[in-house]
Amino acid sequence: MGYIEGRYGDNILITSVDKIFNWARLSSLWPMTFGLACCAIEMMATGASRFDLDRFGIMFRASPRQSDVMIIAGTVTMKMSSRIVRLYEQMPEPKYVISMGSCATCGGPYWEHGYHVLKGVDKIIPVDVYVPGCPPRPEALIDGLLELREKIRKDTLAKKEDKVSA
Amino acid sequence: MPEIKTDDVYIELGKHPKAGFATDDMILQMGPQHPSTHGVLRIECVTDGEIIKKATCHIGYLHRCFEKHAENVMWQGVIPFTDRMDYLASMGQNFSYVITVEKLMGIEVPERAEYMRVITAELQRIASHLMAYGTYGMDIGAFTPFLWAFREREYVLDLFEKLCGARLLYNYMWIGGVSHDVYDGFAEECMSFLDTFERVVFEEFNPILTYNKIFIERTANVGILSPELAIDYGITGPCLRGSGVDWDLRRDDPYSIYDRFDFEVITGKGEMGTVGDCWDRFMVRVLEMIESVKIIRQALQQMPEGPIMNEKIKKVIRVPAGRVYGRTEAPRGELGYYLISDGKGRGPNRLKARSPCFSNLSVLEEISRGCMLADLIAIIGSLDIVLGCVDR
Amino acid sequence: MVQGEFVMTIEEIYKKLRKSFGGTILESDLEVLEPVVGIEPQSIAEVSGFLKNEPDLKFTSLMCLSSVDLDEENLQVVYHLHSMDHNHKIILGVIIPKNAAKIPTVSGVWRTANWHEREAFDLMGVEFEGHPDHRRILCPDDWEGHPLRKDYVVQEMYNGLPVPYPKEEDD
Repeated sequence: MGYIEGRYGDNILITSVDKIFNWARLSSLWPMTFGLACCAIEMMATGASRFDLDRFGIMFRASPRQSDVMIIAGTVTMKMSSRIVRLYEQMPEPKYVISMGSCATCGGPYWEHGYHVLKGVDKIIPVDVYVPGCPPRPEALIDGLLELREKIRKDTLAKKEDKVSA
Repeated sequence: MPEIKTDDVYIELGKHPKAGFATDDMILQMGPQHPSTHGVLRIECVTDGEIIKKATCHIGYLHRCFEKHAENVMWQGVIPFTDRMDYLASMGQNFSYVITVEKLMGIEVPERAEYMRVITAELQRIASHLMAYGTYGMDIGAFTPFLWAFREREYVLDLFEKLCGARLLYNYMWIGGVSHDVYDGFAEECMSFLDTFERVVFEEFNPILTYNKIFIERTANVGILSPELAIDYGITGPCLRGSGVDWDLRRDDPYSIYDRFDFEVITGKGEMGTVGDCWDRFMVRVLEMIESVKIIRQALQQMPEGPIMNEKIKKVIRVPAGRVYGRTEAPRGELGYYLISDGKGRGPNRLKARSPCFSNLSVLEEISRGCMLADLIAIIGSLDIVLGCVDR
Repeated sequence: MVQGEFVMTIEEIYKKLRKSFGGTILESDLEVLEPVVGIEPQSIAEVSGFLKNEPDLKFTSLMCLSSVDLDEENLQVVYHLHSMDHNHKIILGVIIPKNAAKIPTVSGVWRTANWHEREAFDLMGVEFEGHPDHRRILCPDDWEGHPLRKDYVVQEMYNGLPVPYPKEEDD
């Protein structure tokens, strides 16, 4: 505030609705505090002291009702799958999903003999960004989040873009 | 305007507490998505107002079929899956599995590798307890300790990353030795971390959380676990020692080279309340980190030169037929593997993992009965469960 | 904790058990590494109670309870016991046929057995008679089959979702 205040006279800024909406959305992505397995620890590490997600305006919220992004951090099991769909449905639009780690993406090391593991969270909910790794490093998750920001920047109100992987 | 008394409203509605209206138990579902269940645990609480009558745990939301995988991969191939069981203490899990297989094969591990194993396992214990410290603070409502604990934890992860290339899941201990030798300057970096860390625990961690008045109020005299109950429920590790039972596998059933080190077994003393309350369990973890520092210091000084792998180990391992149960003191308690080999297979015929968290969590129903709903969070946090370890 | 004062060897414990229970304790090979003492299925609860309460045995803790798929015909339940007072160990094994996999529960003796037995039921299909809460624990309640049996075939669909990894289609 202090920078602009008193410097300029009354002004009008002209922008498109898309731009201002997208800018607002991508500048404060709020993921849900929702960890499943090993990747959740790296997700916590990303949010904690060294990697500090707050500098991107990303703050973890405890409730799906308040969040924009769902980071699927870990293995999705059969028992958990219906709960994930429920949580996804509880989130308000617009909502985004990041699939973090190989387990969430395709079953990871559990793809062959994991009778109780869902082979890819994209079978139950649409995914925007896939982050590979087992587990992905915090830098990789940050990269995924930045990728998501770029994706949101291209969104338009006129036509809902097809959900494709970045 | 006349003052309205709550009592009057109740009487008007015919619902005055003294009028003897019927109350009913409430069923409250906590989890699987809940910030303080440390993962995907569901607890079904039957409550009377705010008092818990019964808290039933529903687990299995992270059941990743560890035992099925173990039957289908080769002997060495099990190690990465053990990593992923208790992902906060991967070194401890590796350690337990490899000494079980080595016990059955009857092979020796080079001295240097033994020291490397102890050093990394104890560093992992520090990292794991730091996590317990940080998240417990967050459960209770203090955010700063979490950030501080993660700051220190990152230094441990840096050491591991330089050592074997991974931050979280290492696959570091192999059957017959360890995968990588130490790099130049490991001992110095480790020592300098330990020196800072010891100071940080006493000067930063303890004042901000351990001896914080609010924290003590929340945790002392809550979730009291008596020693008899603890043993009956198969509780192990810091939870058992928090109840005042002087039992540590590193000292009482020594494996590897733990008999060479001088360290104390920390037990709960009921300093702030009763023996076996949440604060005691928490304090055992804090002090255990200091004991781990002592062990690592001694190990770094004693570590000899030499090979890090047993040379007789081939790429394809032959394990004779037999059955063996190996157990170690993982950061969360006794981690045992029951291994059955038929002497022919490329991998285990059956591998049962006895995970400490599984038994530790089973006591929750017993000790949470009659406590307040908010105390349930304190109790879960003090048990320090990892759902990957509970569900396997 | 008192260490190693009253340690009994496996032979001594075996002899003591034979004296008290006779034929229900089966002939066992005690020469191998970590021998398993065979017990008749129906008497496992009594033997467990005896092992826990006898003053010079005092097996207060059940370390591990595992279920094993032995061969086509039989399953085995293995109990690893440990005495914190005397620091000695024993391993009990009970062999039961697959088509009638029933065994008395020991959850009345050690309460930790409650969850371990539920797990054995869930993954191996061993039924524990008299168990206070006999349900599946890890898999969902409507799961088909017991996954750790060697002849387990994974179900194709669960809850409308494919269970095995999708096979690659041929070009």
